[in-house]
Amino acid sequence: MRITLKQSDYDRILDFAKSGLPNEACGLIAGTEEREGDKVTVRHIEKVYLLTNVDHSNEHFSMDPKERLESVKDMRANGWKPLGNWHSHPESPSRPSAEDIRLSFDVHATYMILSLMDREHPDFNAFHTDKAQGVYRKEELEIVKDTQ
Amino acid sequence: MNITVGGEKKDVKDGITVSELIAQEKVETPEYVTVSVNEEFIKREDFDARKLKESDNVEFLYFMGGGAR
Repeated sequence: MRITLKQSDYDRILDFAKSGLPNEACGLIAGTEEREGDKVTVRHIEKVYLLTNVDHSNEHFSMDPKERLESVKDMRANGWKPLGNWHSHPESPSRPSAEDIRLSFDVHATYMILSLMDREHPDFNAFHTDKAQGVYRKEELEIVKDTQ
Repeated sequence: MNITVGGEKKDVKDGITVSELIAQEKVETPEYVTVSVNEEFIKREDFDARKLKESDNVEFLYFMGGGAR
């Protein structure tokens, strides 16, 4: 599956995650899908949501339920599908940790992870996880120019 | 009676409880779901007792969290 993300949305995530250091930052993604039959081939992220990490930790995150509720209402009002979530790893690589996989309850979700362990060279990737098997698969992430 | 669940209208039995609705909707991993009724978050210990009313607006929010380790 290919994931597209607008440059401006990537920049918002990056700025938000950096401003939240040393703690992990988190949020949601929403948008549209292209399908071939039953298979989703492309996910276009139309909006990113920047949520409060109520754990206020550099090793854990939990999203604020009230902000999630507001985000879901906004997605619904705009006709966007909830596509998954994103979070930052301040001091570790851009890949799902064992805890990330253990807590990935939505098998359909796209999990995006921004590593800030190299502050000058952030690394952002998208994954799908298989909680039952304890594994993950990296997806193709394309940062696209904003259109007017 | 009619309620809204996740933005969709549903016809459910009168006085259905949150726990019964969770079972009826086949909510996956119910131990990790947060429930709001008319934007009020319901405590887990109240799921069995909390009865829903006509026109209630229910949202199921699945836990989203993780960590770096």
